[in-house]
Amino acid sequence: MSFPWAKEYTPQTGLTKFLDEKLPLPRLVYNAVGAGYPVPRNLSYFWNFGVLAGFFLVLQIVTGVVLAMHYAANTQVAFASVEHLMRDVNWGWLMRYTHANGASFFFVVIYIHIFRGLFYASYKPPREMIWLIGVVIFLLMMATAFMGYVLPWGQMSFWGAQVITGLFEAIPLVGPPLKTWLLGGFAPDNAALNRFFSLHYLLPFVIAGCVILHIWALHIPGSSNPTGVEVKDQSDTLPFHPYYTAKDGFGLGVALLVFMTFVFFLPNMLGHPDNYIEANPLSTPAHIVPEWYFYPFYAILRAFTFDFILPAKLWGVLAMFSAILVWFFLPWLDKGPVRSGHYRPLFRKFFWFGLIPVMAVLFYCGGAPAEEPYVMISQIATAYYFLHFLVILPIISSIERPDPLPFSITEAVLGSDKKAVLGENAEPVAT
Amino acid sequence: MRQKAVGGDRQGKGMASTTGNAEATPEVSGAVEADDGVRRRDFINIAAVSAAGVGGAVVLLPLVSQMAPSADVLAESTTELDISTLEVGQSIKAVFRKQPIFVRRLTPAEIEAANAVDVSALRDPATLDEITKPGHGDVLVVMGVCTHLGCVPLGAQEGENKGEFGGYFCPCHGSHYDTAARIRKGPAPTNLAVPEYQFTSDTTIVIG
Repeated sequence: MSFPWAKEYTPQTGLTKFLDEKLPLPRLVYNAVGAGYPVPRNLSYFWNFGVLAGFFLVLQIVTGVVLAMHYAANTQVAFASVEHLMRDVNWGWLMRYTHANGASFFFVVIYIHIFRGLFYASYKPPREMIWLIGVVIFLLMMATAFMGYVLPWGQMSFWGAQVITGLFEAIPLVGPPLKTWLLGGFAPDNAALNRFFSLHYLLPFVIAGCVILHIWALHIPGSSNPTGVEVKDQSDTLPFHPYYTAKDGFGLGVALLVFMTFVFFLPNMLGHPDNYIEANPLSTPAHIVPEWYFYPFYAILRAFTFDFILPAKLWGVLAMFSAILVWFFLPWLDKGPVRSGHYRPLFRKFFWFGLIPVMAVLFYCGGAPAEEPYVMISQIATAYYFLHFLVILPIISSIERPDPLPFSITEAVLGSDKKAVLGENAEPVAT
Repeated sequence: MRQKAVGGDRQGKGMASTTGNAEATPEVSGAVEADDGVRRRDFINIAAVSAAGVGGAVVLLPLVSQMAPSADVLAESTTELDISTLEVGQSIKAVFRKQPIFVRRLTPAEIEAANAVDVSALRDPATLDEITKPGHGDVLVVMGVCTHLGCVPLGAQEGENKGEFGGYFCPCHGSHYDTAARIRKGPAPTNLAVPEYQFTSDTTIVIG
């Protein structure tokens, strides 16, 4: 792990020497996020979002533990206990708004993190495992967010639970009994609310475990960088501390300013007013949509309106899950030898003018009513989404002629690298 | 690597420029020290870490405060009691802040027993007059919470063990209270607590 020039941890005091022998935790921290972890010197602000995601995970766990001290997972009192939290508990409003908006910001940050990975092809060897664990984390986040949204037991909570567990009903043969089993009843009720609360408390810690694996896997090859050229020499790296602790600290400050603007001034902007109406199993709100971060996948779900061999309902569910599962295969679907989109003209065009607009369209359609023209637009966008990953990406990555890469990160930053000029340490540039 | 050189220049104090105007020449101030030995970067570093530290400390306030009693709990902080039907020698149990409270109309014999005690020899010295309200010396209002570890003492109800001193007896760890609810024997450190209360009329008391 790490590079041979990584600074060695040397305990200075009696206590750290003692710890280093018995339980080398300071050494672990030093080598993970301290001066002992050399990082490419050219990371842009897009590389802040991993740390930001970690921050929001911690924020969600801290505020969530606080909320769980006041919340009661029982259909009789759940809705009232949330109002109690908002009105009676000291700072309860702050805790709840931070948690609710924290979930949204966690997804904002994670989407930028994922699309950073897509543009710079961070999923390519030797970093496939980091990407795979990342997709698992994203799936766990979706499950956690969904179950958290059910807990206030408002109208959106109830009908969200009904609709999402209804997805499992589409599975042939076992579907209906599976849904009944998941809910512990025939419709969302006390049994479902209780188990959702239990799992909503559990899954964040599973995510935290996966994050540790994610970072562990990252520290074996080290961070990627905007050129996609691997680190060759000490002049290509800087120690994580103080250089990237400072840069991440600044990025965190900016992110918190935006976040706090929402928490204090627009706390309900990202939510739905219907969720302030207590759950009513006899009446569905006129326009139900999931939380905004599920929109693209919700649009894909609704894009299938006709039976074709399989029932439309099953197609929708399969497509929705496949839209994320396809990410698991990216390291092998992208056959190009070059990583960074900066040096892949064709790849770059299809990224900015293909994938990104289609995701934007799916985002929009997911939040729109299930009627024309949104259904047809969703269908076209869904078709392109899968076409991009399964056809366009393998083809363009095979035929494209990448731009010349810099010799090294140092050359990309300084314009020249002494070693490249002298021919020392010269390896063939990956082409 | 450029930044590394900055640290190296700390020793070269003699080379420092003597303008002392670190603000006006940021490029230079990064590389050489001003007269007072504080670099622009040190200032930024201290300011940033302080701001983060103060911010982090302020965040602790709501995180700690949220565990304090909430508004609905604090709203339960008064209890009104009608004692017009309380006969001599009778007790009633009421609830104040989710805790039992004992109100007893003492018999003349109990008052006499309480006043016969040598107050200075008590563990928690108090006279019956100090415990009760003026003009209502026969109405004993105390929390039904043993001051040892919080059990509810016996003695308020008819037929319960009143302990060796005829008042209250805590069965958990054997604390004996006398007719004025003063600790006389056992591990409890103080007398049964007297809540804040007042008579709003001859037959009504408001606790809290």
